[in-house]
Amino acid sequence: MKRAFADLHLHINPKDQQTFERLIKRAAKFGYSYVSVPFNYEATQEESEKLRAFCSGFRLDFVLRADLRPRTENELTHCLRKIRRKFEVICVVCDNKEVARQAAKDRRVDLLSFPSLDYHKRFFDRSEAELACNSLAALEVDVTSLLVLEGPARIRLLSSLRREIAIALEFHVPVVVSSGVGDERFMRMPRDMASLGFLFGFDEAYALDAASTNPVAIVKRNREKLSSRFVAPGISVVKEGTDC
Amino acid sequence: MKRVKRRYLALQLETEGVPTEKEFMDAVWGAVARLYGEVGASMTSLALINLDVERKVVVIRTSLATLDYVRASLASINSVAGKEAGVHVLGVSGTIKALLKQL
Repeated sequence: MKRAFADLHLHINPKDQQTFERLIKRAAKFGYSYVSVPFNYEATQEESEKLRAFCSGFRLDFVLRADLRPRTENELTHCLRKIRRKFEVICVVCDNKEVARQAAKDRRVDLLSFPSLDYHKRFFDRSEAELACNSLAALEVDVTSLLVLEGPARIRLLSSLRREIAIALEFHVPVVVSSGVGDERFMRMPRDMASLGFLFGFDEAYALDAASTNPVAIVKRNREKLSSRFVAPGISVVKEGTDC
Repeated sequence: MKRVKRRYLALQLETEGVPTEKEFMDAVWGAVARLYGEVGASMTSLALINLDVERKVVVIRTSLATLDYVRASLASINSVAGKEAGVHVLGVSGTIKALLKQL
């Protein structure tokens, strides 16, 4: 069966209509099936429906995603309580260790993201992976930094990523590769984006899974949970009425 | 002596204007060398087979053992001859004939 590829992180402002349209057209041309743009948690349903309608015109499935940047774990849990049921994917950008640990153990978090440039703030170590493997969180890697950076900065980033990926594989934490692009010239075809995974220790099958199977599984799981027919994992309402 | 297996890659070049063969291969060699160093680059046996100026489609050859290195390096190219550029892999094959059928 043909793989469905997903880019869950187009790093653009959803209100910037022109850039959004350009990137969506390009994503459709390159063969992606799912795309997502991060919203802040005050996004209106009207805005998201407009973007979804535009994407469906190009046979792209638009995924509603929120990026959270909390400063404390209380702020994180408060935000999650408020928005979990409004978004299909929740990503937490971990700026400190306290938030990283709380995000890794909270089952409402889908993606853990760490700053690419500040390697002191990459908190994905063995403890983080152990917490993440017991919840549902996946590690998100944005490849755009690998295209933009050069020299020592890229070497340092690759070194951090290689270490983190080895830990993720050891603890069976899923990894999601996203582009993180805000400019169309850095956008790559899905298999090219996956091939950048070779640089930090993926084999071919795992690199392709990180750009297709893993993100698609997150989207499907959350859509099922958000559906009105969902009761509990594995249980859903199939028929309603008096003659059941 | 064991025969070296090769792979041919068809690439779509996205850039303003068309670079010369030398400029394009310099960009590819530069990307491979930046990521894998000169020793790594020397193992790739990279060679340019054809550059279609009209369609901006390039065919290059590499060894099968280093195909992953080359694909990752091609994805990391963002300029050719000083101009912004992107390189996308359209297809990979063991023979030029089969590669051209894919296009």
